[in-house]
Amino acid sequence: MASALSSEKINVKPEVGSLETVSSRGLQVDVRDAVVQFGDLTVLRDLDLTIPSGQFLAIVGRSGCGKSTLLRLLAGLERASQGTVSLGGGASAGLRPDVRVMFQDARLLPWKTVLDNVRIGVEGGDKAKALEALELVGLADRAKEWPSVLSGGQRQRVALARALVGDPSLLLFDEPLGALDALTRIEMQQLIERLWLERKFTAVLVTHDVSEAVALADRVVLVENGIIAQDTSIALARPREKDNGFTHYESSILNRVLKRNQTAASNEGFSI
Amino acid sequence: MKSPAARNWKTGTLSIGLEWLIPILVVVIWQWLGSAGVISQRILPTPASVVEAGWKLIRNGDLFVYIGDSTRRALLGFVIGGGIGFILAILNGLAPLAEKLTDSSIQMIRTIPHLSLIPLIIAWFGIGEQGKIFLVALGVAFPIYLNTVHGIRSVEPGLIEMGRTYGLKGFALFRTIIFPGALPSILVGLRFALGIMWITLIVSETISSNSGIGFMAMNAREFFQMDVVVLSIVIYALLGKLSDWLAKLMERSWLQWHPHFRPKK
Ligand SMILES: Nc1ncnc2c1ncn2[C@@H]1O[C@H](COP(=O)(O)OP(=O)(O)O)[C@@H](O)[C@H]1O
Ligand SMILES: [Mg+2]
Repeated sequence: MASALSSEKINVKPEVGSLETVSSRGLQVDVRDAVVQFGDLTVLRDLDLTIPSGQFLAIVGRSGCGKSTLLRLLAGLERASQGTVSLGGGASAGLRPDVRVMFQDARLLPWKTVLDNVRIGVEGGDKAKALEALELVGLADRAKEWPSVLSGGQRQRVALARALVGDPSLLLFDEPLGALDALTRIEMQQLIERLWLERKFTAVLVTHDVSEAVALADRVVLVENGIIAQDTSIALARPREKDNGFTHYESSILNRVLKRNQTAASNEGFSI
Repeated sequence: MKSPAARNWKTGTLSIGLEWLIPILVVVIWQWLGSAGVISQRILPTPASVVEAGWKLIRNGDLFVYIGDSTRRALLGFVIGGGIGFILAILNGLAPLAEKLTDSSIQMIRTIPHLSLIPLIIAWFGIGEQGKIFLVALGVAFPIYLNTVHGIRSVEPGLIEMGRTYGLKGFALFRTIIFPGALPSILVGLRFALGIMWITLIVSETISSNSGIGFMAMNAREFFQMDVVVLSIVIYALLGKLSDWLAKLMERSWLQWHPHFRPKK
């Protein structure tokens, strides 16, 4: 257990597919020595990250550490000034139809009905497929409504349907549940986990909630000072419960994020 | 189930009744003052004689010719000016280079009250059609331009980014996200522009014209037909109301998604 927790800084390749059965559906992600700058501000410096196909990866870190920037780099929304990002083995050139992003705000078009919003995600705007995706998130009966009448959680479910309808191989989440109430969050987490298990895409979830990261991810990485500062594989069976093992992972990652209890953390296997 | 609908109908008619109460009262008192001889017919004709004058002009067909002439000028000017304003706004809203090049010039021209150009325009075009259409176009172009630019700028960047991640670009991105996002603001501009369109037309037709409603009014004034003068004022008011109603209708049908414009249930 402890060995799964510890992993030296960056440059140490995580064990590929050690936990979940690796599917061929998901895209493998390789980030090599990536540098992302905004003017004088260097947000990511020589960052390395390999995500095996089909893995559920969570990215945690303090606010402003560059989690969103890393995710946007994977999405093709930011460019690396140095280094490379390759998806599925080939160098990735910007936006791709098999990569979808969900943001903290649902980003639904208020002038399109729920169904038409989902249709944006299908090539050719196939209605039947869009309706199917809405059924998947349990909102088929709201297809004809305007997004403005939906609750925050429902809007995120529509956004999820829109992201899923094109059958992506890599799904990127940027704190999609951050604005939701606790109960809705848990429901959405279960929904996301279920869909990931069914569809076997590669998932990357940025979250400020360590507990959420431990609940969902195969592996949690911490971004700090522009690099992956900690890399933890979560060896817990699914569906996950808040048992001893769970809280162990949760508190050790949280302590590392907060730089608290250094000695206790090193006792548990940290060496940072 | 039936009672709320019935109540809605009742409050509906009541509110319409309230809206019209004061105008109807004004007309009734006006008629009464006129027929009692308190107000001279030469100063302000009674509503009845205005209606009579209108009926006469309808029967000999002149009224339709005048209204037709004015409407044609108004619409032609509106389409030309609105079209130019809209296209410039889209260029400047989307292409920073175009904006750098033209925006400050447009802002400078905007400060000139377009009606102050009337003497110049009479000198250029005489009292022909072009002058009036030119003035209307000039007056209409700015509200459309400004509100369209504002609308395009106020489209949420997050939505545009979302569109790009879903592979929308070029015209598809414009049609799906930028234009609908700018539409509420564009329609505000449209409503302003319709108001300016009629005012410009009234002024320019009154000053120089040989047809149209403004001409009808000025011609009648020379022959002391005060009823026709008042009739033309009423017609301008009705046309203004009609275009305002059209603008509202557009808002209701195109902005149904917007909570502000959704019909109350
Ligand atoms: N487009 C941008 N231009 C300039 N600075 C940016 C931009 N995007 C992000 N940043 C900066 O980069 C840093 C990391 O941002 P971000 O990745 O959003 O952090 P977070 O981990 O909270 O998601 C922040 O200091 C932020 O201000
Ligand atoms: Mg962020």
